[in-house]
This record gives sequence, C-alpha cells and structure tokens, in this order.
Amino acid sequence: MAAQNLQSVPAERTAGTSETADAEGQAHFDRIIAEDSRIEPRDWMPAAYRKTLLRQVSQHAHSEIIGMQPEANWISRAPSLKRKAILMAKVQDEAGHGLYLYSAAETLGQSRDKMMDDLIAGKARYSSIFNYPARTWADMGAIGWLVDGAAICNQVPLCRASYGPYGRAMVRVCKEESFHQRQGFEILLELSNGTPEQKQMAQDAVNRWYAPALMMFGPPDDDSPNSKQSMAWNIKRFSNDELRSRFVGMMVEQVRVLGLTLPDDQVRFNEDTRKWEHGPLDWHEFQEVLAGRGPCNAQRLERRRAAHDDGAWVREAAAAYAAKQSAKQQKEYAA
Amino acid sequence: MSTPEATETGHGDISTGVAGGDSNASATRITPGNALRPEDIALEVKTGLVKPSEDVAEYALRLGDDALILAQRLGHWISRAPELEEDIALGNIALDQLGHARSFLTYAGAGMPKEDGTATSEDELAYFRREHEFRSVQLFEQPNGDFAATIARQFVVSYYQYQLYRRLTESTDATLAAIATKAVKEVDYHRDHSSQWVLRLAGGTEESRTRMIHGLRLMWPYVNELFQDDDLTRRLAEAGAGVVPSSLREDFDRLTADVLTEAELEVPDVPAAPGGGRYGKHSEHLGYLLAEMQVLAREHPGASW
Repeated sequence: MAAQNLQSVPAERTAGTSETADAEGQAHFDRIIAEDSRIEPRDWMPAAYRKTLLRQVSQHAHSEIIGMQPEANWISRAPSLKRKAILMAKVQDEAGHGLYLYSAAETLGQSRDKMMDDLIAGKARYSSIFNYPARTWADMGAIGWLVDGAAICNQVPLCRASYGPYGRAMVRVCKEESFHQRQGFEILLELSNGTPEQKQMAQDAVNRWYAPALMMFGPPDDDSPNSKQSMAWNIKRFSNDELRSRFVGMMVEQVRVLGLTLPDDQVRFNEDTRKWEHGPLDWHEFQEVLAGRGPCNAQRLERRRAAHDDGAWVREAAAAYAAKQSAKQQKEYAA
Repeated sequence: MSTPEATETGHGDISTGVAGGDSNASATRITPGNALRPEDIALEVKTGLVKPSEDVAEYALRLGDDALILAQRLGHWISRAPELEEDIALGNIALDQLGHARSFLTYAGAGMPKEDGTATSEDELAYFRREHEFRSVQLFEQPNGDFAATIARQFVVSYYQYQLYRRLTESTDATLAAIATKAVKEVDYHRDHSSQWVLRLAGGTEESRTRMIHGLRLMWPYVNELFQDDDLTRRLAEAGAGVVPSSLREDFDRLTADVLTEAELEVPDVPAAPGGGRYGKHSEHLGYLLAEMQVLAREHPGASW
C-alpha cells in the first residue's frame, strides 16, 4: 500500500493488518465521496486519489509561480504608477496562491522542495498558457480578462473539490482571481476607449490570447482520459467542454462591452443543446507547447531555475542561522 | 517642529511621534481605518482643499522620488527572489514604497502647476521628467546586486525612512504629516525585515557573511548623502514642516549599530561619495532605470491607461 509510505498517513490508520485497514479506509472514503463531503489529510485515501490530487495541486501551484513571469515582465514598464501598483499586487497574489497550493500539496505527503526540484528539472507540468509571450502592455489586460477568466471558470467548481485543503485554498484563490479578472477587463476597456494605437494593441492582445485561453480547459471530453475518474472522486465537477462552453458564453457578452471582437467567427449559441459553441482549436499547437516546444518554455524554466539557484546561498544561510539560534536557545535553556 | 524624545529603541516601537494617530494627522477626511490613498490627495488637490508651499512641494518631490526609485528597484525581485516568501515580502515593500511615492508626488505636483494652471500629476512627474530633474539621493538608485546588496540597501533605507517619517508625523503641513503617519507604520515592517536578514546573512554561512559584508560596503558610500542639509531643509525645519536630515543621523547611527553589533559586523570603513542627487546629479545607474520605467508612457504621450 503506497500510501503507508507517506508521512501524512497517521499511525492509527496504518496500524493493524493493512488489508483490514484498507477495507475500512476504502469504505470510509467511499462514504465521504457519496455524501459529497470532504476528505482531510489524515483520512485514508486510495493511492490513486492521492496521486491524482498531488499531481493536480502541484501543477496548479507551479502554474501560479511560472505564471508570475509574463506579468512581472511589465512591472518595470507599467505606463502609470497606479497600474504599476495594481500589477505588482497581482503578481504578488500569484506568489501567495503558489504558497497556499504548495502547502495544500504538502498535506498529501510531498515536500515543497521536491515539487520545486521537479519543476526545475522539467519533470513537472504547469499550465501551457504561460509559455506564450506577453508582448505588449495590452497583454496585461488580456491575461487578466481571458486567462484569469478561464482560470476562474475552472476553479470556482474546485472550491467544492472533495479534498479539503485544496477546496479551501481555492476559495481564497478565487476571490483574488476575480479581482484579477476585473483589473484585466478594466485595462482593456481603458485601451479600447483610448487612442487608435491603444485600441489596436488591445485587439491584438485579445486575438493572441483567445485560443490559448480556451485550450486552458484541457483537451475535448472524448480525448481527456483522466476526467471521468476525477469527476467520480468529486475533484472535478464539470467536463472540459462544458466549462469551455460556459466561458465562451461569458466572453461573448463581455467583449461587446469592451468594444472589441473575439477572433472567432464561429461562436454561436446552439439552441438545441443550449450551449455556446466556438470554432476549431489547434490542438496540435497545444500538444507542441505541452511537449516543451512553445515560444517561451525554455525561457520560463530557465528563469525559475536561475532564481532558485541564485537564491540557494540565501536559503542555506537562513537554515544555518535558524539551526544556530535553536542550538543557542537549547544551551541557554539547559544552563 | 518638536524633536521626538531620543528614547526610541529598536523596531516595533512606533508609538513615539505617532501619538494621535491618523485622526489628528490630517486636517482632511483621513480617519482610522480609512488610510490615506494617493487618490484622496489628488481629489483634495483638484478641489483646492490642499496646496503645498513651493518649498513643501520641492520637499515632497525629493521624498517621492526616493520612494519611487526604490519601488522600481525592488519590483525587479518579484518572480526572482530566493524563496517565494521573499517574492511576497519584497513585493510588499515595493508596493508600500510605490504608495508613498504616489502620495508624495501627487502632493508635489499640486505645487507645480502647468501652464494651464492645473496641477502636475504623479504620472507626469514620474514618466515625463528627465534624469537630471529627479531629486532622489543616489542610494535609492543603486543596483539590486545580489540579495545581500539589496538587503544592505534596505537596511540603510528603512532605518533612515523610519526616523524621517516618524518626525514628519508632526509636520505643520497636514498632508505631509498624514502621508508620514501611514508610511511610518509600513516602514517599521521594512526595518524589521531588513534587520532580520542582516542577522541571518551575517550569522548564517561563511558565504552569506562574506556577501553581507560586501553588500554593506557597496551601499555605505551613499549613506552620507541621506543626512546632508541644505537651504530648503533648513527653511522647512524652521517652519516646522520638514526635518533637517542631519538631525536624523544620531538615531540612525545608534539603531543601525545595535543591529550590526548583534550581527558581529562593523560599520563599513569606506569613503563617502559626494552625492548630489537632490540637485539632479545622479550615479550612472539612474538613466537605465528611467529608460525602462518611462518607455511605454513616452511612446504614447497624452494617452490614459
């Protein structure tokens, strides 16, 4: 039983014969899922559930951390001091989201250091959207409006995810994300009502981020092998295509207010299915970016690696200092 | 302006000089729980509620430029810090500084009307002045270097700004006092952050200690400039609106020495640079910083964002 090797599994649950514990644990787990209640870190859980969650939560954390980069790219050049302050606060929020999510993932039995090492080694994935470049200031608007907007669609249902620490982290993340989306919308609105160059900049950004944002929901349902199990476990509540369709519907309304257009002439509301439909997406491109062949994959990873490596001596110093202080205190205590 | 008692000890004690709190600090609508925002000042400027004297405007410009340049430097660490917690901490400090800068610059601009008589905005001051028009002292524009150099700069800045803002809470200029009342609380945290890192880096590993010593040596030549008086600060001190920088030196020296002693470090024995930032004479570093900061705004003059 793989879960027995993980430190977060308490002794009382792993005591006794593992077969009995497994059977009892599974029954308890099944009951909680059936009641749509929450699994907590000390509860027994199937190894596959733990593995799935650890993968999802750590990927989510990595996405927040890598996702800081395209926006940090514009902090120094933000065109007004107010925008600079808002952008700084937003990127800082993302670091915070990364922290909650790494903490949530740690309750599943893996250390943040290990997750960070996997990210830097290129073994872990993060959302492929962040491998696109933020070329202009308007990208700050499009990322907020489209990318954070898609993230919210994905994440609001995750507030009810069956794993407690993840669901609770998502509540706070979603509150902040909704601010982020509004500030993105506001950037685009200001640009759209600005000079012709500004409006053009806004439209160009929406054109570039639209399709990648739609692909954030993941592959089409008939090509998404893990979705079914995640839904059975109450981690995922709606299918990729369902969420994507909802998102398109929201964007259709909002883009009118912006005075811009979506780069998709096939968007329509299907009266029969009562769902929004969109034009074809380039899933080959999605797979390419996922496989590491996107515009910024190497740059993003290298930047994270450099920050990590450059900071190694600082982390070592902090650890050494803490150890010395603790030894000193113990000595004083003993004396 | 009265001199606060010299009994103030290490960080954590901000009661001295802040007595009365927000409610008395400004003659305007700033109350506890309703912290002063740059937008509040802009509104007061626009409606004619506040207008700084020429001297106060120049003074606010100096302090605003210091904070702005530091915010720009610190913002660079976001997504590059040694640990996620430091991305957040340095980002927070940058945000605080940017907030102070916006308040000071908005107020300064009210005393620097344009040809049509309206106030110069914070953005016009930040984005459309040239290098020699910036009034920040040279310490603030010094490059981030490694984390130890940034901490060394933060250490000096936070202890200096704490003393300065603490005194300015008693300024006869209600807006300066209100800005300082908000800022001193935030800068107290910056002081806590920087002093803790000085202790950790000095007492951590051999490498971190070497780097900390080097960082302090890099920044210390620019300490002197912080405490140089001139006619403007003398006039403002006389009027009770400002502080002569030299009067902050004793507390600065004493309080930084406490930390350095605990860290078993010496005050760096390095010659002082002549300074001149207050008169637009900057080190070679500022031009690059401004070029990056201003580029987009200048591509679209007159645009709003």
